[in-house]
Amino acid sequence: MCAPDAYDLRYEINAWMSLKNRPDLSLATQQWAQLYRVMTESVGIQVELIPQAAETPDMVFTANAGLVVGRRILLSNFRHPERQLEAPYFRAWFEQRGYEVLVPPETCKFEGEGDALFAGDTLLAGYLKRSDICSHQWLSETLQRRVISLELVDPRWYHLDTALFPLSDEWVVYYPGAFDSYARRVLEANFQLIEVAPEEALKFACNSVVIGDQIVMPAGCPKLQTELQSRGFRVYSVPLSEFIKSGGAAKCLTLYLE
Amino acid sequence: MHSETVLLEGHIIDSLTLSKVLDTILLLGGTYEIHRFHIGATMDQASQAEIIVQADSDERLENILHQIGQHGANRKTQEAVFAPAPADGVFPEGFYVTTNLETSIRHQGRWIPIDNIEMDCGITLRRHEGEIVAETVPLHKVRQGQPVVVGDLGVRIAPVERRKTESAFRFMGSETSSERSKARMISAIAEEMRRVRADGKKILFVGGPAIVHTGAGRYLEAMIRSGWLDILFAGNALATHDIENALYGTSLGVEIATGTHSVHGHENHLRAINTIKSRGGICQAVESGILTCGIMHACIQHQVDFVLAGSIRDDGPLPEVITDTLKAQDAMRERVKQVGIAIMVATTLHSVATGNLLPAAVATICVDSDADTVVKLLDRGSHQTWGLVTDCEYFLKELVACLNGDAR
Repeated sequence: MCAPDAYDLRYEINAWMSLKNRPDLSLATQQWAQLYRVMTESVGIQVELIPQAAETPDMVFTANAGLVVGRRILLSNFRHPERQLEAPYFRAWFEQRGYEVLVPPETCKFEGEGDALFAGDTLLAGYLKRSDICSHQWLSETLQRRVISLELVDPRWYHLDTALFPLSDEWVVYYPGAFDSYARRVLEANFQLIEVAPEEALKFACNSVVIGDQIVMPAGCPKLQTELQSRGFRVYSVPLSEFIKSGGAAKCLTLYLE
Repeated sequence: MHSETVLLEGHIIDSLTLSKVLDTILLLGGTYEIHRFHIGATMDQASQAEIIVQADSDERLENILHQIGQHGANRKTQEAVFAPAPADGVFPEGFYVTTNLETSIRHQGRWIPIDNIEMDCGITLRRHEGEIVAETVPLHKVRQGQPVVVGDLGVRIAPVERRKTESAFRFMGSETSSERSKARMISAIAEEMRRVRADGKKILFVGGPAIVHTGAGRYLEAMIRSGWLDILFAGNALATHDIENALYGTSLGVEIATGTHSVHGHENHLRAINTIKSRGGICQAVESGILTCGIMHACIQHQVDFVLAGSIRDDGPLPEVITDTLKAQDAMRERVKQVGIAIMVATTLHSVATGNLLPAAVATICVDSDADTVVKLLDRGSHQTWGLVTDCEYFLKELVACLNGDAR
């Protein structure tokens, strides 16, 4: 995770961002601190931190650093120049810790875990809004895994992790309205699905972190919370309104290391 | 049809990407053919499909390619490769040899059509008013250091549809036959000439001296005087015998009117050449009132642009005859640009030379009493050539009648 020391809304690069609706930075700091406490104390996992660079207001969204598989990091190739500034900091952090750093072909945009999530051995990968489909071929060749490409069609769900999260190799939580008909057919054919209601999808219900049988999700999504609790998950809900203003919530603020 | 080959790779079956791409092609009005398909043997292995995408226009094809490109179906096409010409008049090793078919080359991510397509040339690039243009360059015109396409990567040719439904010649089953209704074919040629005129394109006539020998010169002259020809390609012989006929009433010493040999008639063509040379040229001879009739006289009076190309056996020749073969080729090359139909009558060499310069899409009619001449031109790869094995006098007489509205 990356503490929001330089977090701000300084440009508009997704449907959520508006310079007229900037985050309350002290509230954002409190919300992030609560998320960190839930992760470390309630869920009980170890969290590594990366310092935020001053010129990168969105670096708090560490999910977009890349995709970590074992001791390898498949580094992002950000679509927007504003976020390309983050790449060298993430790269340096992983290099210092001895990770093997792999970069996608220059012409293929790839935004890390934002658009790539494992459901068992299969990698679910989003494209068209941020990542290019050619990055999926690179992921598949590099990891020797099956990569299922899912087209995102609504600008509000611009990363796969804003519209879907796998619970296991069989179960996937998703918001159908974010995907094209082919992607919906693929998901229906391959997984047991839990649909998220539109109003909760707009509250970033799909931007949740799954750690074993514990789930950390943004506040304001009672239907999904109840559904998941009924299936035996322990669910923590954290208010993250000030980050949603920039188009991210719990999952965007974290990157799985192992 | 315009077409492009694309390559689609990945878990394209599991992700339904292949279905999506194929559906998209059809939805946008294109068609496809799966050229090659490899299915990944295990769940982890990717599949590959090579798909030929076709559409009825370049614009539609580009739109389809753009849309399916977003789903990972990328053009297989590579950029054209260039090498500098090592010396003046020398192409680099492995240079691409053009056909007379509509051709484009891939350069800096886009297809550039070649405007002046001509067979047996190289392809070069030139900057014109800030735009990069691709054009053919004949061997003798290439200059040291000029970029020339090598290999066939990034070169695309569009085959011409041999039988367009609107073509006046659609009833012709094969390109040439001596056993076919000639009157029907000739009226089709007249119809095509009218269509070419309506399209604002030019009519080219290529003729040999047999036209004058057989007495058919007057029909060609009539066509010119009725304004049907824009350009005439011929050799020294046609012009010389036409002028001989105009001055002495003979062609190679034979009186056209009677078909009998005139006394000392074999000298007439030399005397004719000498007369024209003494005046400085055909144009001057017309202006001074020496030359008052005939094909060449009609050409001067009706501003028909003519090229007289010389050969080794020429007498004289006439001052207008271009004796440097390459210069003659260049003069002809310069004039074929706006040609919509070429009618070649009773000449092998000039027909083949013109056929070499014409794009395949130009309708070409070859008339000769010898089937070999017609076949020779077809064998050169002039796809839009229709042959008529018949006597040139009959052909021209019939054609003039058809053009004058004499329905047959």
